Amino acid sequence: MSIKVYIPRDSAACSVGADQVAMHIAVEAARRGADIQIIRNGSRGMHWLEPLVEVETTAGRIAYGPVRPEDVSELFDCNFLYGGQHHLLHGLTEALPWLQQQERLTFARVGITDPVSLQDYIAHDGYRGLRRALEMAPEAIVQEVTDSGLRGRGGAAFPTGIKWKTVLGCEADQKYIVCNADEGDSGTFSDRMVMEGDPYVLIEGMTIAALAVGATKGYIYLRSEYPDALITLNDAIDRANSAGYLGNDILGSGRQFQLEVRRAAGAYVCGEETSLLESLEGKRGLVRFKPPLPAIEGLFGKPTVVNNVISLASVPIILDKGAAYYRDYGMGRSRGTLPIQLAGNIKHGGLIEKAFGITLRELLYDFGGGSASGRPIRAVQVGGPLGSYLPESQFDTPLDYEKFSEIWAVLGHGGIVAFDDTVDMAKMARYAFEFCAIESCGKCTPCRIGSTRGVEVMDKIIAGKQPVKHIELVRDLSDTMLNGSLCALGGMTPYPVLSALNHFPEDFGIEAAQSAA
Amino acid sequence: MKARSTQNIEHHIDRYRAVEGGLLPLLHAIQDDLGYIPQDSYAIIGKALNLSVAEVHGVVSFYHHFRTSAPGRHILQLCRAESCQAMGATALEHEAKSCLGIDFHQTTADGAITLEPVYCLGNCSLSPSVMLDEQVHGRVTSEKLNALIQAARSSE
Repeated sequence: MSIKVYIPRDSAACSVGADQVAMHIAVEAARRGADIQIIRNGSRGMHWLEPLVEVETTAGRIAYGPVRPEDVSELFDCNFLYGGQHHLLHGLTEALPWLQQQERLTFARVGITDPVSLQDYIAHDGYRGLRRALEMAPEAIVQEVTDSGLRGRGGAAFPTGIKWKTVLGCEADQKYIVCNADEGDSGTFSDRMVMEGDPYVLIEGMTIAALAVGATKGYIYLRSEYPDALITLNDAIDRANSAGYLGNDILGSGRQFQLEVRRAAGAYVCGEETSLLESLEGKRGLVRFKPPLPAIEGLFGKPTVVNNVISLASVPIILDKGAAYYRDYGMGRSRGTLPIQLAGNIKHGGLIEKAFGITLRELLYDFGGGSASGRPIRAVQVGGPLGSYLPESQFDTPLDYEKFSEIWAVLGHGGIVAFDDTVDMAKMARYAFEFCAIESCGKCTPCRIGSTRGVEVMDKIIAGKQPVKHIELVRDLSDTMLNGSLCALGGMTPYPVLSALNHFPEDFGIEAAQSAA
Repeated sequence: MKARSTQNIEHHIDRYRAVEGGLLPLLHAIQDDLGYIPQDSYAIIGKALNLSVAEVHGVVSFYHHFRTSAPGRHILQLCRAESCQAMGATALEHEAKSCLGIDFHQTTADGAITLEPVYCLGNCSLSPSVMLDEQVHGRVTSEKLNALIQAARSSE
């Protein structure tokens, strides 16, 4: 029987040569007459070890990494197909502390299965949630999701079940499920990893959502920067349609759900749900006024569930194992698990799915191993470009929506970007304004004008021109943006700006005492 | 607009005119095919989708991804977002600009490379990242970037 060799097809792995490694292994195996079967799996999320090559042995899967094309011949010499010794050998993949210490619910299959194999998906507990949902009343499905405590993982943390209940309660000839896959936050890649590594879990989650609220049509709004995810999703949707998991008659139930991927076009603001809906309708991605809520008047004016990839991908396990199983993880009002993404200047970056409650320090040092540069970590930005910068004194904050809110920070989509002590926080504050200016949809004045004025004032501060006076201006401007913007883009740009200023006043050319104007 | 381009655009319009919210998929199809969206196609697009030329222009110009002039043979996108900045993206950006002799949104004189900024490629654990055409490259060093540029310059 042929030996199974796993080499990720995930774009992070391919960004450091996984395709070339796969090709070299195939060629070398043929040359040596070794009978192997290469499976292109998702990534395990240990990105510093990518390309991570795994070999299936009687004891389990054994990991080698990071493998370069030039290592391949030597690996064969060392008998790696039977778990032979080599300096890239890490032992049994499942026994690695990085994976052992996680609680993988949403990411249960990512890195393990062949992403587009329906057979693999089903063999690893896939579609059990949908089968259960098909036997339940819509109200009962919504109740299960509500009871699980799941809150929107895109960033706003709104209870998913409540949103679904609103859509269920609307009378309409057409309802929609829209998946927000416009993952634009720097430091985040969990949506991409799910779409590339386990697309059926998203498809199943959306199908369950459709059954719950009575929707028959769904869209995945996918950012254009993710071409690999587009291919994987379309492939999986085709296969799910052919096998009767999507389409006009889901598993013979007579229920229908049509699913389509739509490509975004590189506008960060389209990650905001109303802007996203405008874009799906073929328009400029201008933010809409709320109310009406999208749940009542959403896509094409119809009741619409708009959920993030991770929210939807967490639904199948909740339906499969029950609300209590999911709710038992976590702390306070933050229930379940969060796929955390460790990025930036970090030695061991990647994906960590943990119950809420783990601290930043544990993530940065126990998982992350400190900075990549070897210098002290000075600041971390949590929650994307609209998230606060946190200094070392706040690293013991547990990951919990409310605990972060108490220190004027956000968890957002769970991305953590580390910076070492060479970072200039005034420049990061300037960048926050600059990014807002580039990405502003232009509809409201505080965001459209405020961001540009912010860049100008920051330039003066960086040039050392009357910092005290100009910092007062930045605070005043931030107040206007915070309270007067239509959506989170303008409304939250002050988070990185003011947190940088409050925690690192010395970078703005003033003493700590002068920073609080 | 060349006759062949017009023909292709009309073909794409036929494919998407009845699709709900079809303007974005249509614009993607045109750009995938021609490399850009010719401004003199706005009128036929607008006519087919019952939109004014101004509305079509409004949509094309809103999105960073769409371009209205032909790019170079290759598109090199450099990530400017926070995670990549934490790993030296700003230095890499200066280097790329001086090596290519162009700024963002410009194309090299030999027509080989168009340089674009991008705000996150979702490869943040392997920062800094760049994307050459449809391929993401992680942990990009100065040497790696130069090798990518050389390879792009010498290929069709």
